[in-house]
Amino acid sequence: MIERFEDVIIQTVCRLLIPFIQLFGLYVIAHGHHSPGGGFQGGCILGASFILLCVAYDIKEAKRRMTEKINVIFCCLGVIIFSGIGAICLMLGGNYLNYSRLHHLLPVNPVDARSHGILGIEIGVGIAVMAVMVSIFLDLASRGEHEEGLK
Amino acid sequence: MKFLALIAVVVTGALLISGTGDMPDWADPNSPASIHVSPRYIEKTVEETAVPNMVTSVLADYRGYDTLGETTVIFTAGIACILLLRRPRR
Amino acid sequence: MEFIIAKYNYWVYIVLMMVGFYAMMGKRNLAKKLVGMNIFQTSIILYFVSTAAKKGATIPIVEHGHGGAVHAIHAAQYVNPLPHVLMLTAIVVMVSTFGVALALIIMIYRRYNTLEEDEILELRK
Repeated sequence: MIERFEDVIIQTVCRLLIPFIQLFGLYVIAHGHHSPGGGFQGGCILGASFILLCVAYDIKEAKRRMTEKINVIFCCLGVIIFSGIGAICLMLGGNYLNYSRLHHLLPVNPVDARSHGILGIEIGVGIAVMAVMVSIFLDLASRGEHEEGLK
Repeated sequence: MKFLALIAVVVTGALLISGTGDMPDWADPNSPASIHVSPRYIEKTVEETAVPNMVTSVLADYRGYDTLGETTVIFTAGIACILLLRRPRR
Repeated sequence: MEFIIAKYNYWVYIVLMMVGFYAMMGKRNLAKKLVGMNIFQTSIILYFVSTAAKKGATIPIVEHGHGGAVHAIHAAQYVNPLPHVLMLTAIVVMVSTFGVALALIIMIYRRYNTLEEDEILELRK
């Protein structure tokens, strides 16, 4: 397999850049209303930051930051947030995913309640996409073993 | 085998290019895709959902079911990769 | 000449589609066939996004001043947002299919120790 070459420049630059990449990913999710972006795009950027950590260091480093248990929990949490907001709208008396019924819960008018519902489900989608991208990459890169690095 | 594949590709490509004679011109504002339901989405997005980005409001509000199905698709792909590849540690 | 200028975007994407189609049919290695499938799906996505363009229109985000009144919105000023939305879903489906297909290729390699399709068919007999 490929010999891993310890390069100080790549490791230092990645270690400095990865928090800013994650901050940018959260910015893209949060500003989905006013600029191009949204849940899927921000989730991909967040997933790419973990994959950069894998590529620069080792799979064990990335797994120390996001363990397998937390990974699977985030996968399911994203889908639960999305369906949960729809189910809350159902319980408040409207159709499934009819966000204007959320004005009974939050102190806003029905039109702004739709905007907040959209933000909620974009957060759910972003979390799900991030976790699934990291999970698929870890499975494919280590061929299932998860023990050694990209060797 | 590769020669047969090349012939099939050229014939299919010629058929598709001859079929583009019926399609609407590029950047035509009156093409059928742009006058059916999308003017309603463009004009009513700010007054009905208070979100200026039309793509986000259509994706998450007007067509929210499709986004739910798509989140389920990517979740299922992640679960399928886990089931296929991960081996239990001895 | 009018015909070429009006419709050349479709021809470019048809050429890309045929490149992917040839890779899926003509190559023998399974990984190369997968790359061909990916090219095919990408060309379909680009084709749909190109049908959304309008002459002289801007991006599908309404400009707004802070706290000011919104000016009148005409549908001909903004690019059609519907194909962009549908292609976001298509991109996610493309990534999911590619991930599961690569997992299946890894399982095939574990079982047969090769990725050429004629050798696999020989080993199955």
